[in-house]
Amino acid sequence: MARVSFEGVSKRFGDTAAVEDLTLDVHDGELLVLLGPSGCGKTTALRMVAGLEEISDGVVSIGQSPVNEVDPKDRDVAMVFQSYALYPHMTVRRNIEFPLRRQKVEAAERVSRAEAAAATLGLTDLLDRKPGQLSGGQRQRVALARAIVREPKVFLMDEPLSNLDATLRVQTRADIVKLQHRLGTTTIYVTHDQVEAMTMGHRIAVMKGGRLQQVAPPQELYERPANTFVASFLGSPGMNLIEAERSGDRFSTVGGDIVTPSHLSHVADGSVTLGIRPESLSLDTTGVLATVLLVELLGAETHVICAVDGDKRVVVRQDYDMVRPEIGDQVFLNIDTSRLHAFDAETGVRLEQAP
Amino acid sequence: MSGLVARRRKNSGLAYALLIPSLIVFGVFTFFPFAKNFKLALYQNPPYPGLPSHYVGLSQAGSVLGSPEFHQSLISTFLFVAMVVPLGLLGGLVLALAAHRQLKGMAIYRVIFSSTVVSSVAVAAVVFGTLMDPVVGLLPWLGINPHPAILNNPTWALPAVAIIAIWQFLGLSFIIMTAGLQSLPEEVLEAARLDGAGSWTMFWRVTVPLLSPTIFFGVVIGTIYAFQSFGQIDILIGPQNAGFTHTNVLLYYIYQALSVQNDPGLAAVLSIVLFVVLLSLTLLQFRFLERRVHYAGN
Amino acid sequence: MQATNDVAVPRSRNGRRARIVGRYVLLTLGAVVVLFPLYMAIVNSLLLPSQIAHQPPPLIPSDPQWHTYPTAWTSGHLAIYLRNSAIQTAVIVIGQLITSILAAYAFAFLEFPLKKTLFIVFLMTLMVPFEVTVATNLSTVSSLGWFNTFPGLTVPFLATGFGVFLLRQAFLQIPKDLKEAAQLDGCGHLRFLWTVAIPLARPAIAALGVFSFLGAWNQYLWPLLVTGNDNSIRTVQIGLKQLLNTQLDQLNVSLAGTVIAVLPLFILLIIFQKQLVRSLTAGAVK
Repeated sequence: MARVSFEGVSKRFGDTAAVEDLTLDVHDGELLVLLGPSGCGKTTALRMVAGLEEISDGVVSIGQSPVNEVDPKDRDVAMVFQSYALYPHMTVRRNIEFPLRRQKVEAAERVSRAEAAAATLGLTDLLDRKPGQLSGGQRQRVALARAIVREPKVFLMDEPLSNLDATLRVQTRADIVKLQHRLGTTTIYVTHDQVEAMTMGHRIAVMKGGRLQQVAPPQELYERPANTFVASFLGSPGMNLIEAERSGDRFSTVGGDIVTPSHLSHVADGSVTLGIRPESLSLDTTGVLATVLLVELLGAETHVICAVDGDKRVVVRQDYDMVRPEIGDQVFLNIDTSRLHAFDAETGVRLEQAP
Repeated sequence: MSGLVARRRKNSGLAYALLIPSLIVFGVFTFFPFAKNFKLALYQNPPYPGLPSHYVGLSQAGSVLGSPEFHQSLISTFLFVAMVVPLGLLGGLVLALAAHRQLKGMAIYRVIFSSTVVSSVAVAAVVFGTLMDPVVGLLPWLGINPHPAILNNPTWALPAVAIIAIWQFLGLSFIIMTAGLQSLPEEVLEAARLDGAGSWTMFWRVTVPLLSPTIFFGVVIGTIYAFQSFGQIDILIGPQNAGFTHTNVLLYYIYQALSVQNDPGLAAVLSIVLFVVLLSLTLLQFRFLERRVHYAGN
Repeated sequence: MQATNDVAVPRSRNGRRARIVGRYVLLTLGAVVVLFPLYMAIVNSLLLPSQIAHQPPPLIPSDPQWHTYPTAWTSGHLAIYLRNSAIQTAVIVIGQLITSILAAYAFAFLEFPLKKTLFIVFLMTLMVPFEVTVATNLSTVSSLGWFNTFPGLTVPFLATGFGVFLLRQAFLQIPKDLKEAAQLDGCGHLRFLWTVAIPLARPAIAALGVFSFLGAWNQYLWPLLVTGNDNSIRTVQIGLKQLLNTQLDQLNVSLAGTVIAVLPLFILLIIFQKQLVRSLTAGAVK
């Protein structure tokens, strides 16, 4: 087991940078999620730890030692691929044993370790099948078994659940969390799915355009997003962002004025971007006037998409038992100003109160 | 970075090591002799063996290309190709169309139709040589009694040899056409059927145009095959035969220049001609394949 | 509508049956045309020499002379020729498979300087037909002292551009993830080639093997030139020519020899039809 650290790591393909100046520490035994939209550099960062991608700049370390020059097979990391990358011509048993054979583990030990790994993942009855005879979920578990059988320092997982159907994904998510907790192996988990990130990660590192945006535990990420990108990327739907102008005790917006709440008193006069989560908005008899464009019923909750002042879209989240408006209705939005966020209008960076 | 550079260098070394066996064979037996043809073509052989050959520049090539033997050989070659390719392809297409249905016993018919692909030139020559023999063959029974006998007959020797080549090409032609038919988009054919196209209209307006890439491929492969036909002529006719002047196709001419006339200069000139013809055909095929790949890529 | 339907259904059913029968007639006719020459060779091989010349020719041997087969086997050196062909073919097939697998692996999985150029060099070999190079190859082989030897018969064919392309294509279809997973599991290139790439490319390798077999067994021009007049090295194709020349009075024996020579390939065709079709149409249909 080991910590993994990135120090000023960059990866460039020709002129384009896939990862830019990444500095990040993954703690020993931690499950860290790399989250971001496709093309944000999260997979490239993972592959640099594996040694499948050369490092253009900076240092990646596993444990105490830099691994930039270490061969992938000598890094003692195991990877679970999005496609699972099982050897189609080998049985499940051979697939799981494969890394042990290469490590020249003795036959008896190899068999017992492979069977133990298979048992952990409920594959005992499938050991003599080939990957082609397995369901997607079973293949995924074989891939996990092949990773854990090596007892590596670090697990690397590249969107391991994205090929499963929704129900299986939820279940496997929990299984991986339990497994990781039990083994206590440092794990870097790449995904574009924020629900996976929020439910699985001890901490989440959000990336965009090759740059790290924020690293924090899930709840903190949700409650104190470091910038407008993180604010709108997390949560479904994401945070509503509204241009505003502060002067004195008010923020003036397209929909009307908002009295500055005390926790935002440090915001300077001038342009600012205000953020408000959909659940901090409610339909009321007074407030900001809006027109209902769309009502999405999700069962436990309802999303009401409104237009303020013609074209500014705002999403309101309601519980299922609230009175639902009709499309085209004129409604008033009430804002819970104690949950209001403020970001720099230019840079999008969160405007924190000075400590 | 030194570790990575070393690893990359190791990989390159491995790559070259993997390529070396092929490269040696190609270098010695393909590229070297190919290049040497151009040199040999510039040297004329002495009239008597044992004397050194001497440099004559392009004059040898000029006199070979201008000679009546060469013209006759070219004409024979093209006549041969013109008989073998269309008839072979047509036969293959008919068989493929007949076998393009899921019916009982079709697998057996398919094996039979593709079977001539495994027959060698020597086997075909011996078998057909017997059938065409003026005494023991079938021709007298069929009432065909040309004089001189068919394989010694200047007029009929080439068509007779072409029949053998057609029969041999039939298997490959059938396989190519079947693969082509199987790759046709089923929806298009069904749509045409729903649009009320009769089977004859279907065939000419839908199947043949859709099959045209396959037919084109067949033409190129068939032409290359026909150009390389040689064994039938060597076994059945040979240079002593009266029918020979009209069956001296390009490849046979080269063989003769080498093994009978012992004239590497002449053989080199003829080889270059053969190369140019086959290269044009191959390029045509590559260009065509490239286009197909682009389509598939889109 | 009801009435016309009642009439139309049986009529179309009859029509369909007639069409199916017609198709079988056509198929059988085609089969007869294709098989007739070989059938006649078998018939003639079983006749007495006096019967062969009989007009009209007998289509079924009334008194099959099976002894022509053992005679052909022994008197025509056929056993030696078949052995020579078997050795020559085996060496060429195995050699081509090895060189093609190695080169195809380099082009599919490795990055190295001049990769594109070398690939074009391999492409170019497809454009130079062997016939064009025969003259110089003959002198190369004789200066190496390989005239009338198995190396002379086989070494010029130990590499094939076609094989490299066929296998490269098959290797490229192996997912990149699999290569990387193997790399993390501790596989070097040669280990990956042996334990993963070759097993996964088996269909293409089999196709190339059958294709090479066919080409090698049926070679004519090169063995004719390189084996001269030496019986001990001559292949069966060249032997057939000789059989025909030397035993004109024993045509039945010659034909028995021909049937023996074509038999290995017919067996090959029946067993490996799929692979053969695959390799022969490699360029035609994607």
